Amino acid sequence: MSEIREIRVTVNGKGYQGRCEPRKLLVDFIREDLGLTGTHIGCEHGICGACTILFNGEAARSCLMFAVQAQGAELLTVEGLARGDEYHPLQQAFHEHHALQCGYCTPGMLIAALDFLATNPSPTEDEIREGISSVLCRCTGYVNIVKAVAAAAEVMRGTSGQPGP
Amino acid sequence: MTDRERPYVGRSLLRREDRRLLTGRGQFIADLELPRMLHAAFIRSPLAHARIRSVDLSRAAAVPGVALALSGAELARLLPPLPDTQLSLPSKWTSRVEHEFHNPQQPGLAHDKVRHVGEALAVVVAESRYAAEDAAELVTLDLDPLPAVVSAEAALTADAALIHEHLQTNLFGAFSIAKGHVDAAMAQAPHKLQRRFYHHRYAAMPMECRGVAAMHDPRTGSITIWSATQVVHWVRREVAGILGLPEARVRCLALDVGGGFGLKGHVYPEDLVIPFLARRLGRPVRWIEDRHEHLQCSAHSRDQLHEVEVGFDNDGHILALRDDFIVDCGAWNPIGGGVPYNTAAHLTGPYKIDHLAVSARTAATNKVPNTAYRGAGRPEAVFAMERIVDLVAGSLGLEPADVRRRNMIRAEEMPYRPGILYRDGEPIVYDSGDYPGGLQKALEAIGGVEAFRRRQREARRKRQYLGLGIGFYVEGTGVGPFEGATVRIDGSGKIYASSGASSQGQGMETIFAQIVADAWRVAPDDVIISFADTAGIAGGSGTFASRSTVNVSAALHHANERLRQKAFAIAANLLECATADLELRDDGIGVVGVPGTSVSLAQVAQAARPGWDHGRPQGVEAGLEETYYWEPPTVTWSYAAHAAIVEVDRELGQVKIDKYAIAHDCGVVVNPLLVEGQIAGGTAQGLGGILLEDIAYDPDGQLLAGSLADYMVPTAGDMPEMVLVHQHTPSPLNPLGVKGVGEGGAVAPPAAIANAVADALALFGAEFNTTPIKPEQIVKAVRSAPLGNDRLRLDSREST
Repeated sequence: MSEIREIRVTVNGKGYQGRCEPRKLLVDFIREDLGLTGTHIGCEHGICGACTILFNGEAARSCLMFAVQAQGAELLTVEGLARGDEYHPLQQAFHEHHALQCGYCTPGMLIAALDFLATNPSPTEDEIREGISSVLCRCTGYVNIVKAVAAAAEVMRGTSGQPGP
Repeated sequence: MTDRERPYVGRSLLRREDRRLLTGRGQFIADLELPRMLHAAFIRSPLAHARIRSVDLSRAAAVPGVALALSGAELARLLPPLPDTQLSLPSKWTSRVEHEFHNPQQPGLAHDKVRHVGEALAVVVAESRYAAEDAAELVTLDLDPLPAVVSAEAALTADAALIHEHLQTNLFGAFSIAKGHVDAAMAQAPHKLQRRFYHHRYAAMPMECRGVAAMHDPRTGSITIWSATQVVHWVRREVAGILGLPEARVRCLALDVGGGFGLKGHVYPEDLVIPFLARRLGRPVRWIEDRHEHLQCSAHSRDQLHEVEVGFDNDGHILALRDDFIVDCGAWNPIGGGVPYNTAAHLTGPYKIDHLAVSARTAATNKVPNTAYRGAGRPEAVFAMERIVDLVAGSLGLEPADVRRRNMIRAEEMPYRPGILYRDGEPIVYDSGDYPGGLQKALEAIGGVEAFRRRQREARRKRQYLGLGIGFYVEGTGVGPFEGATVRIDGSGKIYASSGASSQGQGMETIFAQIVADAWRVAPDDVIISFADTAGIAGGSGTFASRSTVNVSAALHHANERLRQKAFAIAANLLECATADLELRDDGIGVVGVPGTSVSLAQVAQAARPGWDHGRPQGVEAGLEETYYWEPPTVTWSYAAHAAIVEVDRELGQVKIDKYAIAHDCGVVVNPLLVEGQIAGGTAQGLGGILLEDIAYDPDGQLLAGSLADYMVPTAGDMPEMVLVHQHTPSPLNPLGVKGVGEGGAVAPPAAIANAVADALALFGAEFNTTPIKPEQIVKAVRSAPLGNDRLRLDSREST
């Protein structure tokens, strides 16, 4: 294929560099080249949201971007949410409210919820449903995810809500 | 998790599996890296039905990084096809139920014909998935199109194209069951109704697609397979058979699996082709299905057409029922007659119907194979039956809930024998439950029928169309033939348990730890649950059919009991007392009434060891491990009432779910939080199925739902709040008293919503006997209903 590009990105506060073809999807680069397999692939066409990450602070589908587009960007993936062994309030709320079953959509759901709460820290239930509708979950019927996001919002209003170390 | 408040069973313990999944440290099949691993891409048919003239792989094979390009014709010379059915029915069934089956054997890759869009006919293996897909695009197919058969009815006509010529028919199977004298009872019934019900094709759509990786060890000739499957022991069995290996040389594991719902509950061609390729190439090979492939090659479900006749009296008592149905099975039938027989066996549900005749036919079509998906034949039965009940009520001007009560089996009639066989060949016995009580609880949870009817009349004046719908199901859960458990206590005192069941999100590491912790008076953290690995236990059935909690808990119970006897014998030796004087305590095993005398489970396990200086009494064999295979006497019966209130916009065809309540009974509940999660998730799948999801084909057999942009999986905004009401009658059929709960949620929503929409639009005379119920169906149904145009004119006059 075409020439290999060198890519430098910051992921979860840590600098990475890797080399890949210009056509390589960002999600494949994150998973295969950086070894961060917490970000999942559910459809590769931008519908399911399992691959959602924060890209320079905003939620993005990493399956709809090329790795070369992330040159110099700051990314946040699910691996960057917790502070050491301490859950982020969203992770804690997902655990306490049984808001995950198979866990496949969970990384994308957590990141989408983080992005949503950053724009709407005190959402109504309907707003939460709308806010997380960018990520598909097939296991939970969303009942407990909605509860967990509401609970996390309450906790995060009392804290910075900033992810990671 | 460390508190020792007992029992753990019945408590909403938070899940042990959450931490890895919440922090990105889970391991799914696509996360697995093996040394020197190659990547496979399949070449799939663009046509529904065609003869394969040639498959030219030369350009693909020349792509840099390609290790192998293989056609179906070449593979057929190297590998036998899959068996004709992976899920056999017992002789108790085959000797008692009139039936015929004609199942073809699917090859690993198609070689004579392709029989559905998406059927694999070649494979490329390369150094990366990108390279494999590059090469796959260069494969040239020469296909000679044949007429596509895209409906089950058409498939069974005399002039239909044959999908499997050697069978000389498109009929994969047929059976019939009956009780009473349906012809005479129907003839004498004061009222009769005939309707046709079609339950459309939709699919499980787990968020993780399928995937298989395999590694061959040339030193021992053994193969290890990692598959995103619900049935590791089936995979081992079929791979061993097809590759000609002893089962002991094949190991299959499932890692974290991102949802299964039945779709991952049988062996697919890729499960066999990938291990074959790994052995042939001498390097690990992995295939990860993408969503585009998933929609066109992973199993679909439902797709049944029912012709029903019912006879009833003036009070709505159902006197006779006849149902002739056809299953649109797609091109292959990997699991045989299980799904249609489920439909037949569950048709009468909670109702006493003395005269019954059901006949089923399974037809081959040029579509993706139709296998089990959450409910597995039951949603179709419940849709037909529950629509019939509402139609009976409507024709007599009765309240549908009243007609249900009049026909229902009452709590005091339990155990009840409906007079037909289950698919395990045993006469069905509804073992326990209170069906009218469940119905009542669901109706109360949505505010009661009378209050709703008042609200409905008031809304009607404002030209708002509200409807109430009920869907009631009963479900045989925990089907055999068996499930096993091995329990071992090691020298650290930790308790290890393995089984052939495996989790795709159900939380088995938590609930089975609760069960084992209670049995040994330890904390769940002291229990190691290690499922989904054929190396963990010699035999296994797998996770499907709402069977794992029922069967594994029973297997664990018996294994624990045997192990306890042995542990007590050794403890008695250490404490120099009689076993009858011993009890389990928080700190091990001690003498009743004598505090401070305990020996820990670690000490007992160390004393149980083989070799010098052990602590066993004479005659007690070494080791502290027991395996028990539980063979359930038959299934145990769960049930639930779903009640929905909907508002229908008759102009836009939109359905808004105003209230949704579920009253359910799954016997003793191991973990309420997880049970509620199962029910909510299943219900969402049922609601998605009736309102949004649709695997449609065009007349040429082209798949119209080729991506998630076309196949509408419900989002959070599409789903209602759900009210759950518990009503638990323990099962008498297993030691814990549990009943299965995994599938139930998905069974009733199509019926409940169809009944609610029909109720909302009853004044137009519109019936909703066909699914899905999407806006276009609603608008069309109102316009074409008997009273539709008159009422619409009336409506618009009122509004001016």
